Amino acid sequence: MKYLSEYRDPELVKQYLEEIHKITTRPWKIMEICGGQTHGLVKNGIIDMLPEKITMVHGPGCPVCVTPVSIIDEAVYLAKKPNVIICSFGDMLRVPGSQKSLLEAKAEGADVRILYSPLEAVQLAQENPEKEVVFFAVGFETTAPANALSIVHADKTDTRNYSILASHVLVPPAMEAILGDEENQIDAFLAAGHVCTIMGMEEYYPVVEKYKTPVVITGFEPVDLLQGILMAVQQLEKGEYKLENQYTRYVQREGNRMAKQTMEEVFDVSDRMWRGIGTIPQSGYEVNEKYRQYNSRVKFNLDLPVAPENPECISGDIMKGLKKPVQCPNFGTKCKPEHPLGAPMVSSEGACAAYYHYSDKK
Amino acid sequence: MCLAIPGKLISITGQLDETFRKGKVSFGGITKEVNLSMVPDAQPGDYVLVHVGVAIGKVDEEEAMKTFEYLKMMGEVDEITDTEKKEE
Ligand code: SF4
Repeated sequence: MKYLSEYRDPELVKQYLEEIHKITTRPWKIMEICGGQTHGLVKNGIIDMLPEKITMVHGPGCPVCVTPVSIIDEAVYLAKKPNVIICSFGDMLRVPGSQKSLLEAKAEGADVRILYSPLEAVQLAQENPEKEVVFFAVGFETTAPANALSIVHADKTDTRNYSILASHVLVPPAMEAILGDEENQIDAFLAAGHVCTIMGMEEYYPVVEKYKTPVVITGFEPVDLLQGILMAVQQLEKGEYKLENQYTRYVQREGNRMAKQTMEEVFDVSDRMWRGIGTIPQSGYEVNEKYRQYNSRVKFNLDLPVAPENPECISGDIMKGLKKPVQCPNFGTKCKPEHPLGAPMVSSEGACAAYYHYSDKK
Repeated sequence: MCLAIPGKLISITGQLDETFRKGKVSFGGITKEVNLSMVPDAQPGDYVLVHVGVAIGKVDEEEAMKTFEYLKMMGEVDEITDTEKKEE
């Protein structure tokens, strides 16, 4: 149990907090990209301990939250087909589409299953050769290698009744979209540690240079978050902008080579629509030509009309840092985790749900 | 869903081809089968960081312990224990 002390150590937390308070002279807006970090900041009460001058803005880093209505509609459409088993990670089931969620489709008899890993979905396909198994593959760069691997594995084992409905999103293009927005108010970024475990650091240098904005690759534990915030504030106060790596114990410069190779083998970079933000060019992965028979959109000729987002949900403003969840008129009233209006209320990594569950600032 | 959990690689349980390897990983006593394709040099006894059933990197033991204890304390390892219950 001796290892625990460092993270529970209130001393270290206190030291970082004191240092942040000491050096902060001006108001700064710092965005954490990763939903896991949002969850950590709110659940541990860190946002309430920071100086008034520092505003943490909760970015679009929850793949569940940014999956657009139209892709949920595709999943629901496939779920309703009689010979299809559709599976995904648990949180995806409750995200509302334009008509219904996957959970509601399940209640109406669709075969919808929650799995822990896409590789389990390939196994499910092998066990059910008379069915089509669709894996609803959401995720950032952390999850994409596993989803890619499932296709490579299906191909090697000749599992032709397997395909994925891809809803992959990439972090750097989202950062650029936020920084390039004329309403942008973000002064610095905490980049997502585990995304960089896969991708490495290289792709963040151009973002730092182009927008002259500090980026600190950061972990998700309280001490990591505070250290990452401190590193960002130090740069801001000195007027510097560089890429720094707080999370050296999990992030190497070159990332995970095998994981990157597997993604390159299976995916092409494509335009992607983000819930609440709109289409961001070259910000997602789609299954490439070589593996097209494992692409559910090709296999089932998907061509559904694009449904509009729910106008009552202001998740776009929240993810751009223009508003806080509590400023949404529906927060905690019409919109709750039991009946979410928008995706940020569905997943515990979504900003709205994090505030709903853990923050005093309700 | 983006959580990655460190665990100890106990044994290699299967090798389909050159790259596709599987192994048993212990997360604080709960073992699960994990794909090892992304960590070609991981050997039994090593600690790996696991995300949705795939090991995405190696970690040193001390860091692995710290992170795992933190996740446990925060009640974030249910993802693993829940699927374990389902399998029973
Ligand atoms: S509280 Fe609900 S409706 Fe408001 S922004 Fe969050 S998810 Fe959307």
